[in-house]
Amino acid sequence: MRRTLGLAALAATLACGGASAQQVNVKIGVLSDMSSLYADIGGPGSVAAAKLAIADFTKDNPNVKVELISGDHQNKPDIGSQIANQWFDVDKVDLIIDTPNSGVALAVSQVASQKNKIFIVSGAAASDLTGPKCNANTIHWTYDTWMLANGTGTAIVKTGGDSWFFLTADYAFGHALERDTMAAVEKAGGKVLGKVRHPLNTNDFSSFLLQAQSSKAKVIGLANAGGDTINSIKQAAEFGIVKGGQSLAGLLVFASDVAALGLPTAQGLVLTETWYWDMNDANRAWTKRWQQERSGKWPTMIHAGVYSGITHYLKAAVALKGNVSDGKAVVAQMKSMPTDDPLFGKGTIRPDGRKVHPAYLLEVKKPEESKHPGDFYKIRATIPEDQAFRPLKEGNCPLVSG
Amino acid sequence: MFEIFGIPSTALFGQLLIGLINGSFYALLSLGLAVIFGMLNIINFSHGAQYMMGAFAAYLLLQHTGLGYWPALIIAPIIVGITGIIVERLFLQKLYKLDHLYGLLLTFGLALIFEGVARNYFGSAGLPYTVPDSLRGGQNLGFMFLPNYRAWVIAASLGVCLGTWFVIERTRLGVYVRAATENPALVRAFGINVPRMITLTYGFGVALAAFAGVMAAPIYNVSPQMGAELIIVVFAVVVIGGMGSILGAIVTGFGLGVIEGLTKVFFPEASNTVIFVIMAIVLLVRPAGLFGRRA
Amino acid sequence: MERVVDPLTEKPSALRTQSETIGFVIMVAALVIAPFVTYPLFLMQAMCFALFACAFNLLIGYVGLLSFGHALYFGWASYLSAYSAKAWGFSPELAILTGTATAAVCGVVAGSLAIRRQGIYFAMITLALAQMMFFFALQAKFTGGEDGIQAVPRGHLFGIVDLRNEMAMYAVVLIIFLAGFMFIYRIIHSPFGEVLKAIRENETRAISLGYKTDRYKLVAFVLSATLAGVAGATKAIVLQLASLTDVNWPMSGEVVLMTLVGGLGTIFGPVVGAFIILVMQFKLAPIGEWVLVIQGAIFVACVLLFRRGIIGELANRLGIRL
Repeated sequence: MRRTLGLAALAATLACGGASAQQVNVKIGVLSDMSSLYADIGGPGSVAAAKLAIADFTKDNPNVKVELISGDHQNKPDIGSQIANQWFDVDKVDLIIDTPNSGVALAVSQVASQKNKIFIVSGAAASDLTGPKCNANTIHWTYDTWMLANGTGTAIVKTGGDSWFFLTADYAFGHALERDTMAAVEKAGGKVLGKVRHPLNTNDFSSFLLQAQSSKAKVIGLANAGGDTINSIKQAAEFGIVKGGQSLAGLLVFASDVAALGLPTAQGLVLTETWYWDMNDANRAWTKRWQQERSGKWPTMIHAGVYSGITHYLKAAVALKGNVSDGKAVVAQMKSMPTDDPLFGKGTIRPDGRKVHPAYLLEVKKPEESKHPGDFYKIRATIPEDQAFRPLKEGNCPLVSG
Repeated sequence: MFEIFGIPSTALFGQLLIGLINGSFYALLSLGLAVIFGMLNIINFSHGAQYMMGAFAAYLLLQHTGLGYWPALIIAPIIVGITGIIVERLFLQKLYKLDHLYGLLLTFGLALIFEGVARNYFGSAGLPYTVPDSLRGGQNLGFMFLPNYRAWVIAASLGVCLGTWFVIERTRLGVYVRAATENPALVRAFGINVPRMITLTYGFGVALAAFAGVMAAPIYNVSPQMGAELIIVVFAVVVIGGMGSILGAIVTGFGLGVIEGLTKVFFPEASNTVIFVIMAIVLLVRPAGLFGRRA
Repeated sequence: MERVVDPLTEKPSALRTQSETIGFVIMVAALVIAPFVTYPLFLMQAMCFALFACAFNLLIGYVGLLSFGHALYFGWASYLSAYSAKAWGFSPELAILTGTATAAVCGVVAGSLAIRRQGIYFAMITLALAQMMFFFALQAKFTGGEDGIQAVPRGHLFGIVDLRNEMAMYAVVLIIFLAGFMFIYRIIHSPFGEVLKAIRENETRAISLGYKTDRYKLVAFVLSATLAGVAGATKAIVLQLASLTDVNWPMSGEVVLMTLVGGLGTIFGPVVGAFIILVMQFKLAPIGEWVLVIQGAIFVACVLLFRRGIIGELANRLGIRL
């Protein structure tokens, strides 16, 4: 935790009781996985994105002063919870953002609610964060499991992939992905021909892939994440699954995974994301700036979400004239203002804390089609924001009347 | 097409074959561990990290020198084997007088260091490495499609395993090494440089791990944690086979691969616990392991 | 058989207990003052881990058995404590008791399997059993899998004391920690403890003297597991969550590290070690990329150079026992 002069300045300014008109001082903490599994999709890249958001906003609003700290939750809910507690209580942090890893995010969400501060989740996927576990201090940005399942499932069925076989990681997240995608597929008129569950962190998928192959399903849905997904895809290439006419649907795949696989292996993979660096000029320009701190890497939608979330928070802080101590009030303010930033464009935050924006069905390009480094995807379809996320009424969120 | 317990025979044979392939990796890795423990009484917890280093060495060789899979199969184990020798000289030699468990703790610490450094420089998602062109494609065996690469894996591991077993059990060099473990002072009195033999044996065991790593690179994700995930299973294999027994490690490795494969068919959710259950049972019934020589 | 722990300088018994008593007084004073100076939640977590390390140290330091799967007891106690508090509405003291009982049962089962072997085989069995229970925790519904059990209520102790008050919670944790610590102390300095040390030094001789060493080892094992369970169950209430991290093998490795750093076979070593490792985890959080490497480096350094650990070295220099 970097203690800078900013802390003293912050105390002094608070003591003045806002005498200087509209002077806004806030402290933001990026809590992410800096050292293990999710360090590439979140991690230091999120910190870089945060710095860009703060630099851009304070350039146009010189009366706003933002102090930024970061911490590593090491994918452990204990540590994440401990850091969140300490940051809110001792270090006077106003906003915590990012946290890939749903377990940690759920824990931090609780802490934020207890201390009446604010938590913006960009990294984690659990759709429960805007469902039964929602609260008035948490906003879920970027993506969630429902959007992944529905986006990929529905869109693929519509483009002809109407028979499915699932390869599911045997734990809660995998089951949830499988359940949501199955529902989406069947609703769109497709059939599920079978499924097989594999243990988490399996090295060898050959037996499961054999079963998927013999099912003759048009689409093999990979309801897993991280190393499991990469291994499944790598070995599917080995067994000639894609060459044999079946296609792979990755239910949780990031650009960094595609980079790890390489295009020859990953080509043809279909997935859903809400942001891609090469989609338009604004994204490309931003990526160039981001890469000054993270050279050689590609930003993921999580990093973009951090940028977008901080920008919107700062807007709300300004609107509230710097009174950010009541987390619920700030979140309510954020929900009342429509969002607009160079990366995600226009969007809104729903009463259940869900930020909505369009999602994109992407396909990994063939090596011949890739014209420059990082040119991973072509856009197969756009899912408009009113269809991309779970309908408000279906979430069982206590904040939504019903 | 007949059915066994509700699974069509073709699927069963396919899974058996796949089990053998996995067993090859278990056998190779547990061979290295068994060599190191059997010969040197060191529990090499960094074996998984050294396996990972072999895969990374193959990747780096490709990136920076353009050397592909076939040269990497020889060069990577040598490079990693040399790091093993350095480790032995610098650290392990100081621990021989003490309880085995210190060796375990030291190599455990080294494993953390190797994994942490790899993660810092390469990230955790993984690195791309593909099957060499000469081994692409596969054969349609009727009951399954067997990728050529996997057939190669079985052949290569069998070859290396049997070769190692032969050297250790049937050649004079092997006799010296085995004698040196039992009574180093006496063997030294015969004029044999025991410390150097120990160092080279450790290096060889490490090189075996790296060799397995290179073989794994085209089909498994090349990531810093690839070894950590595998090491505990491999320990179970070695314990079941008998910690000092080379033949035990080889047979158990292949055997457990097959059993795991069968479990994946009949009861997939249990496929990662079955090895531990077997280990617990074996340890209770035959504490020295199935082929072990001392308790 | 080689021993893991080096012998410390022996002094007449009066001086021995004197240094330990002084150490104890210092520790209690420090822990009583600390919450007014440092963040209490961190201290509470540190005390839970300190108790965990002390329980682990009972086995390795005084019986000479290295358990590489101690996370089993810590983690499952944590799960049951969390679950009983949240889903069954147990008050905190009942929840902690439930967790502890779970750990004791696991200890009996695991112990009777593992005790039959020594040394490295013992360590491997404990590791294997812990891995099995990890996979079970991963798949069982009630553990919440990757998410863990969240939002565990602090509750009211005995129905009266509201534990959401940080100071009240702190007092409870302090009492539990000190009770556990003193219990371990009593075990070590009892006739039972002397037999354990005899087994550590030379088991064959102990057997020839007529002691049923297996029984003694099993009892020590179960005690160690139960106390680890107390630590885990308390931690679940303090941090209000239980997760897979608690049962995974890196957690087993961490408790080994804590005890190693502090000093195997010393009374205060594990406590100091636990605090140091936890402080390190938090101070290093901003440069998180290097945590793994630093932990590994500390392991290596301790094994090569500081085998006695911090407290062990201190005790050796001063010629006292700690």
